[in-house]
Amino acid sequence: MAAEVLNPHLSWNLGRDVSEVLEYHFMVNALLAGSIVAIMAGLVGWLMVLRRDTFAGHTLSMMAFPGASSAALLGIPAAWGYFVFCGAGALVIGRLPRARERFPGEQSAAIGAVQALALAVGFLFVSLYGGVLGDLENLLFGTFLGVSDSQVLVLLAVAAGTLAALCVLARPLLFASVDAGVAGARGVPVRGLASAFLLLLGLAVAATSQITGVLLVFALLVTPAATAQAITARPLVSLLLTVALGLLVVWLGLGIAYFSVYPAGFFITTISFATYVFVRVLMGVLGGRSRRHPELPAPAAPPRGVIA
Amino acid sequence: MFSQEFMRNALLAGTFIALACGVSGWFVVLRGQVFAGDALSHVAFPGALAAAAAGINERVGLFAATVTVGAGIGAFGRGGISRGGARASGAIPTDDAAIGTVFTFILGLGVFFLTLFATSSGGGAGIQAAHTLFGSIFGLGAGEARLAAAIALGAVLLTVAIARPLLFASVAPEVAGARRVPTRLLGVGFVALLGVVAAEATQAVGALLLLGLLAAPAAAAHRIANSPFAGIGLAGLLAVGAMWGGLALAYAVPSLPPSTAIVALAVAAYYVTTIVT
Repeated sequence: MAAEVLNPHLSWNLGRDVSEVLEYHFMVNALLAGSIVAIMAGLVGWLMVLRRDTFAGHTLSMMAFPGASSAALLGIPAAWGYFVFCGAGALVIGRLPRARERFPGEQSAAIGAVQALALAVGFLFVSLYGGVLGDLENLLFGTFLGVSDSQVLVLLAVAAGTLAALCVLARPLLFASVDAGVAGARGVPVRGLASAFLLLLGLAVAATSQITGVLLVFALLVTPAATAQAITARPLVSLLLTVALGLLVVWLGLGIAYFSVYPAGFFITTISFATYVFVRVLMGVLGGRSRRHPELPAPAAPPRGVIA
Repeated sequence: MFSQEFMRNALLAGTFIALACGVSGWFVVLRGQVFAGDALSHVAFPGALAAAAAGINERVGLFAATVTVGAGIGAFGRGGISRGGARASGAIPTDDAAIGTVFTFILGLGVFFLTLFATSSGGGAGIQAAHTLFGSIFGLGAGEARLAAAIALGAVLLTVAIARPLLFASVAPEVAGARRVPTRLLGVGFVALLGVVAAEATQAVGALLLLGLLAAPAAAAHRIANSPFAGIGLAGLLAVGAMWGGLALAYAVPSLPPSTAIVALAVAAYYVTTIVT
């Protein structure tokens, strides 16, 4: 690990420590990439939590695993594999059977089947490739060392595209997310929007997993959004709060990881989870239960009762 | 094929593990708890690594992690349901975002233990991690296989024993509650039981692929079978079939990992039912 070679140590002078971190080009790149990803993941994740697409998001994050391992097998840059597989996964999930009266659990079961298949295929690629075991860890849990300049540029381009698309879709998407029934009746293309959102989610996940690793994407995608939505019900405020929390978590996580032998993913997940728990407990103590959640949409699943 | 000892062990353990996955998976899908099952399968990984880092038996860590988290999801999740008015049905579980948040943190702990274990053990950590994540059913010893089969069989019997009240509590929680069925206890107990299944199956197909055995055969059974008990039986059968087929395929094609073959067959079975029905 380069961190050990550089032999960094934390002093009491925070300003000196920060400037030491910023002296290294790889840390600047890591912070840039982390910030871009935190902003994009925060915004997309906020909508994902609102839409209750969390399981789909998790499945998309797993798509990055076969993506990266197939890229390694074919000898192309990993980022291509990430984006191709996450995008394709989003299209597949968008076409899965919807929840029906007779079998409401089907959609999540189908998503689970897609996820297991993606992982199985990814594992096949890894074992075909052989010798990738050392990288498997980085693939699954992320690495912030060696983020190249071009990688930062690609992330920036993807983030800009995703955010532009989100801006265009924002109003109908929010409408469809909060009340799909009414939105559909008013002529909003609910299904098309759902598929489009899944595609954006796929892109965001693919970008995020390059920094946090496949397994820890949720630390930036879900946790900041869940924390912010627990604090305030006002959409704009909680959206901004999500982004701020995401940035804070990434900066702190990368900063601490620089001075430690443990991977950044661990610190990023731990800090974001600690924030989440702290906020939940605090809001519980303050008794703000009634304004804990923003207007959540009614669940898409029909009432239970018929199984036979 | 049957003359190889590792193959006999794999078949013995695999059959019962698949049966347990199929049977409990049917309830998982019915109760809409696929994401919870997924989270359970993921926390198996940090559990095993924590045990490895502490130098105790991996199985202890596996079971401790999955059963604890399972009981936690079961206990806290119910509270989440009753608050969300429209979701009071009891079958759509928990706050997905909360599940995601918790298991990501636990996976993060897994990385920590992986690093800890790597610094203390030298080269074994990466291989250990890969085994936990993706399973090593061909590597089971005779004693391990017998133990795995016994635990899985116990889980199946327990699930069958509580099947009737659990079905009632899943389909009509309010009515069941009024009829004094302990719905809450059943809910928590079921997810804890699922934790046992997850820990056991992790050794066969691995923490990451477990979901394939849990969700796919059950989803197929839900599509085909009309009566609950036929569905449970069919889910178990399909899972066992996928296990046998996958093991045979992996034996025939050495470059194909058994976990991949098993999961691929299970998902293929589900895909066929979506076309046929």
